[in-house]
Amino acid sequence: MRVPLLFGLHADPPPAVRWLLALLPFVLMLAIYLVASEIRHEANPQDKLLPTISQMVDAMQAAAFEPDRRSGNYLLWNDTLVSLQRLGLGVVIAAVGGLLLGLNMGLFPGLRGLAFSALTFVSMVPPLAILPILFIAVGIDEAAKVTLIVLGLLPTIARDMLMATEKIPAEQIAKSLTLGASQLALAYRIVLPQILPRLIESVRLALGAGWLFLIAAEAIASTDGLGYRIFLVRRYLAMDLIIPYVLWITLIGFLTDFALRWVLRRFFPWYHTGK
Amino acid sequence: MNSPVQHLLHVEDVHKQYGNKMVLDDVDLAVRQGEFCTVVGPSGCGKSTLLRMILGMERPTSGHLLIDGQPAGVPDATRGIVFQRYSLFPHLTALQNVMLGRELSCGLWERYRRRAEFRDEAMLFLERVGLAHSAHRYPHELSGGMQQRVAIAQAIILKPRILLMDEPFGALDPQTREELQLFMLELWEQSGMTVLFVTHDLTEAIYLGSRLFVLSQFYTDERGNGAHVNRGARIVADYQLSPTPAAPSAKDSKAFVTLAEEIRHLGFDPAYLQHVSDFTLHHPDAFQTLAPEQMRRGSSEG
Repeated sequence: MRVPLLFGLHADPPPAVRWLLALLPFVLMLAIYLVASEIRHEANPQDKLLPTISQMVDAMQAAAFEPDRRSGNYLLWNDTLVSLQRLGLGVVIAAVGGLLLGLNMGLFPGLRGLAFSALTFVSMVPPLAILPILFIAVGIDEAAKVTLIVLGLLPTIARDMLMATEKIPAEQIAKSLTLGASQLALAYRIVLPQILPRLIESVRLALGAGWLFLIAAEAIASTDGLGYRIFLVRRYLAMDLIIPYVLWITLIGFLTDFALRWVLRRFFPWYHTGK
Repeated sequence: MNSPVQHLLHVEDVHKQYGNKMVLDDVDLAVRQGEFCTVVGPSGCGKSTLLRMILGMERPTSGHLLIDGQPAGVPDATRGIVFQRYSLFPHLTALQNVMLGRELSCGLWERYRRRAEFRDEAMLFLERVGLAHSAHRYPHELSGGMQQRVAIAQAIILKPRILLMDEPFGALDPQTREELQLFMLELWEQSGMTVLFVTHDLTEAIYLGSRLFVLSQFYTDERGNGAHVNRGARIVADYQLSPTPAAPSAKDSKAFVTLAEEIRHLGFDPAYLQHVSDFTLHHPDAFQTLAPEQMRRGSSEG
């Protein structure tokens, strides 16, 4: 029997073909864009909706390497920096808080009884809907944006950590106790290191939502940041800046994910193969 | 004569019920220091439940479990445990797994100060189980037999009063199983520790034990038979076996085979129901508490 190259259940494309397949959607999207842009510019050289590549490069060059006339900042780097600070702070607080909450809820029935219903309830509140409350309560500064990210991510991460903790076999808990572990040692020396890799996975998934909340908060009330910039220049139909900014955000997201995967492989070699 | 303090492990009147289902129905046993006790019985008879109650993972519905005269309570360092699975911590190397018992029982500063000492001691235990060369490998990189060896080293480094083993060789291939049986006997002979070893493998139980308990739900008493009697398993036989380790060839000897047949008959045969008053409690320490409704009325049985 011949193994089919591409189609069906038994297809086994060789590595080179796999690469080509992976690249194909990108090439197609780029081609469609270029053709569409070309057609529009043919009809109207002033077209702003589908800027040419060179227009986008110019806009990005200005944003990255020329100081802004009003603030004197290099816009791209400044926006990136403040956005990453907000996102990073929010994600770290949500991750640490979620880890501690989920871990302790998973181990101690008393805390679980206290917090489980409340956590489930809070995780159902749409974070964006309470953004106005946040602005009123903590002001429109950094705190509101970071709080939004924390509120949006912490419940999900905590529930994930709770599940990870519950997955640890009861045998292991008993074993630790026979080895003289105190309850504290059990939580932080036996269970915590085992659910850390799951935390990294959880953060990888949560980052998408993190960006969503960040950009929403920046769009509504901010004076800088990647989300702010996109929504600001939208007023001038500045697609030549919006499109590269979106690609830039995507690239940052991709690199973050890649870095987290590397951390997982490098520091948790037993994970995935452990069971 | 069966005063609780005299024995390392004393179990009396222990019942365990899950919902309405009686699993263990008045289990009595007493174990002296240094005995290698094996517990065997048909599947579902509650062998593991009994072991988990002695460990402290589960609580009896009623009755007493005493270790050195103290109630079993929750798991602690008086007991060591080797499970069939999940005994090792997947995020620690073999050496770290073995060291863990020494590290957990002391504070941060002491742990830091005595690190080298703990490491050397753990290496010694790994050498004893023949795995010094695999000290830095993670559990998933070890074979099933190696994992169980590490688990044994990990459990005995704290020198528990009693080592509990719950079908520890149940998932191993026959050859590895035999190797580990021999290893276990050597270890017991050298250390003189007390072991309670649960297995479903009758041959293994007879071969390893210096004493053998048969736990079974196949018996009868004056409550009659049928579904209305919610009867759980009891110790139906208690044998004293040759206390010296035998060569594996002993498994083929006539006495061995005869004993295995006898046990299979009185413990594993659902059609053969022995009366509670006739249990094969040969061991000098064996005892039995019977409720009045279980005891034979007069001697009217035919």
